[in-house]
Amino acid sequence: MVTVRLKVNGVAHEGRCEPRKLLVDFIREDLGLTGTHVGCEHGICGACTIMFNGEAARSCIMLAVQADGAELGTVEGLMRDGKLHPLQEAFREHHGLQCGFCTPGMLITALDLLRTNPSPSDREIREGISAVLCRCTGYQGIVNAVRAAAPILASGR
Amino acid sequence: MGVDLPRLVGARVARREDPRLLTGQGSYVDDHRPARMLYAAFLRSPHAHARIARVDASAALALPGVAAALTGEDIARAAKPVRAESKTPSVKTTSFPPLALGKVRHVGEAVAMVAAESRYLAEDAVERIVVEYEPLPVVRNTDQALDPASAVLHEDAGTNLLVAREFARGDVDGALAGAALVVRERFRFHRHTPVCMENRGCLADYATGNQTLTLRSSAQCPGLVRDILSDLLGMPEHQVRVIATDVGGGFGAKASLYPEEIATCVMARRLGRPVKWIGDRREDLLSTTHAWDEIVEAELGVNRDGTIVGLRAQVTADIGAYSIYPWTAAIEPVQTISFLPGPYRVPTYRGRTRGVATNKAPLGPYRGVGRPPAVFVIEGLMDRAARRLRIDPTEIRLRNFIRDEDFPYKSPSGIVWDRSSFTGSLVKAREVLDYESAREEQARARAAGRWLGIGVASYVELTGIGSAIPVSPGMPLSTGTEAATIRLDPAGKVTAVFGVASHGQGLETTLAQIVADEVGVPIEDVRVLHGDTEVSPYGTGTYASRSLVLAGGAAILAGRAIRDKMRLIAGHLLEADPADLTLVDGRYAVRGMPDRSVAVRQIARAAYSGARQLPKGLEPGLEATKFYDPYYGTASNATHVAVVEVDRGTCEVKTLRYVVVEDCGRMVNPLIVDGQVHGGVAQGIGAALLEEIVYDDHGQLLSGTLMDYVVPSACEIPMLEVHHLETPSPVTLGGFRGMGEGGTIGAPAAIANAVADALAPLGIEVAELPVSPERLFRLIGRAEGAKR
Repeated sequence: MVTVRLKVNGVAHEGRCEPRKLLVDFIREDLGLTGTHVGCEHGICGACTIMFNGEAARSCIMLAVQADGAELGTVEGLMRDGKLHPLQEAFREHHGLQCGFCTPGMLITALDLLRTNPSPSDREIREGISAVLCRCTGYQGIVNAVRAAAPILASGR
Repeated sequence: MGVDLPRLVGARVARREDPRLLTGQGSYVDDHRPARMLYAAFLRSPHAHARIARVDASAALALPGVAAALTGEDIARAAKPVRAESKTPSVKTTSFPPLALGKVRHVGEAVAMVAAESRYLAEDAVERIVVEYEPLPVVRNTDQALDPASAVLHEDAGTNLLVAREFARGDVDGALAGAALVVRERFRFHRHTPVCMENRGCLADYATGNQTLTLRSSAQCPGLVRDILSDLLGMPEHQVRVIATDVGGGFGAKASLYPEEIATCVMARRLGRPVKWIGDRREDLLSTTHAWDEIVEAELGVNRDGTIVGLRAQVTADIGAYSIYPWTAAIEPVQTISFLPGPYRVPTYRGRTRGVATNKAPLGPYRGVGRPPAVFVIEGLMDRAARRLRIDPTEIRLRNFIRDEDFPYKSPSGIVWDRSSFTGSLVKAREVLDYESAREEQARARAAGRWLGIGVASYVELTGIGSAIPVSPGMPLSTGTEAATIRLDPAGKVTAVFGVASHGQGLETTLAQIVADEVGVPIEDVRVLHGDTEVSPYGTGTYASRSLVLAGGAAILAGRAIRDKMRLIAGHLLEADPADLTLVDGRYAVRGMPDRSVAVRQIARAAYSGARQLPKGLEPGLEATKFYDPYYGTASNATHVAVVEVDRGTCEVKTLRYVVVEDCGRMVNPLIVDGQVHGGVAQGIGAALLEEIVYDDHGQLLSGTLMDYVVPSACEIPMLEVHHLETPSPVTLGGFRGMGEGGTIGAPAAIANAVADALAPLGIEVAELPVSPERLFRLIGRAEGAKR
């Protein structure tokens, strides 16, 4: 067993786990943050995407020990003062989710896109979110939501 | 009685389930971890067909932290085998054991199960189980399966031909012999799989104290699972509870009973501890039901003007290793042949269908069930006939549609279509696309050497099926009703409980819209509960585009019962004739005397305050349970038009425009209707261009990861242009028609026809889906070689 110390959504955590434990399992089981989902465990579907030291990363193909000392961001950290994040609001308004399973990874991925490209074209949005598979929405509501949220996020920074 | 609240039915109401799903507060199976829980893992067969000589789990049990291991024989002692019965004599019933018994019939079939203190440990333990297999000849495909010399999968059936049906109307042989033109094709719709983003999983907990079993499952049909588990495990239904609150996509894949659900229950009951199994993606691709996989040989006879004189077809479906419960192996092949005539007047028909067992994962329902292949076939034949007769593809359809004066129209397979907008949807789709301009642009593109094509597909789908017709052909189980329980509490707030279950369709929102309208309260005051057999009235679940029709109908009936009773109580409280009351601003007032009024909240309180507050003889309380049976059911229809370009260098197909004009009757929430169409079309585009389950000759799955089974990303799906016609169903309460599947029904055909249209100058027809770059490369190479 090894000790893993990290920060998630600004809060310090410490846990002990087997060296082989996947980061996503550590987040879900050891930290109890079940908002991050497991969809494929081979790095394709993107449901497990989190912020890792400020960049989007797939937590299903990382080990928990690799996150020792890291700062993570998960979907649980997006709300502020009990209010939805503007991107979450946009997803709701534009029907950017149906079953909700890919949604946490999709939100984190879209935030990462908007961080690096504050006013993306539709083509750039599609390329940006192509790292996450969604089987419900046909991506249309998601593209609309990201486009609508972009200027709101840009003006807030 | 007037209602001042704005009508919610028809409004783009933002979804009520979104805030929890957007913030990571969903309640999927894997989010639950009760105390003392064990994790399960399954050992799966590496062989496609083999006898099991010996299973030895002792090395697994020796690992510290392993609680138990189960084999097929252990399960057989604890649960009855699953047998999907059929009323159709020509459909053979076979068993589907939860863990392989005696032999394995497909790669990935569950052979043994372990429960341990962690998932990691359970997987370690599974690797220590020793199984001795004696390989049997592998049945690779339907041709081989039907060869009398072939190995037989199910000895008790005596044959691999598990399903055979025929539908006929009139003298089709004579009609085709006399037709001006007969077009023929052998269509191949390859094997697909739904790929829900949430893999299947379940969590069973058996309480020894009161002998109750609780199963959380990623299931579309909690009621159906409850009923069958009760039977298989020999437990009364009221002691079995199945919960499926948040489910990460279903698309039909999660509508069947699965072996792991039974095995997990048996394990939990044996140990008296909660046991959770969460499948990984490999297990999902190996063992979740696959779809479609059919060969359709079809001939269409037409007059010189393109009008249909007859249709003759034979469907052969590769149903895989097992007949799934409750739908049976007949679901795909019989649906395909039933729906083949489409929205057209087909005076003579003979459709034969066969379902053939092979050593592959079982075939099950997937969005559209039978109709994606059926529409691919009939729409492909219509285009072939149009090309040969030099009639525009939209024109030949308009000449053959069932016309307004023909409704109700009985199809050759016996399905009755009620009033629909077949012609209207095509005419509107032409308008939206600006069809003439698109054809002109195509001509310019062709002149410039580009392969640009326009593809049209029209379809009709049976939805909201009531008790008159089995949802799956021959299925003895009646699924024709659903219920709603609506309760107005003393504070005036509404709880509405349903037996249907939502896994992305937004039923918590649409049903709340209906309830709020019917009861006469704001939507904020309505809470919808679903997906829990312990709290809901009797029901089966969500499948076959039924939930809004059936549960919506039940909501209307129960909501009206509550509203009528509120009016009686209000009349009593106001000492007025209930017929003179009007509901304004949350208060019942005497018409013309707004000062004499009583609030909904006061009525609710009175309802629970005993006899003195109530009209003489009126039962206290404000609660109603109503069942609804739409009897025959209804239908949705649509026309899809795709504009595609085939890249001359890479053979990649790019979808440039995609228009849908659909008619799902009265829309409850256009935002959600659009979303259902978008998602359905994306799956249809994936099915047409990218996705394919591939087995090798040894029955090994080659498409066992999401690198190999290619689901479309945002880059492969265009902006979809969705338009609506609203022809209220004349036969359902509320005028609703089910519409969850249509996108996937129309898209494969529209894409195939567009690709064929693009390549028409080369004389290429598309008879095989997915029409991957590799297949196109070969088709184009052959056509260009022939030209030279």
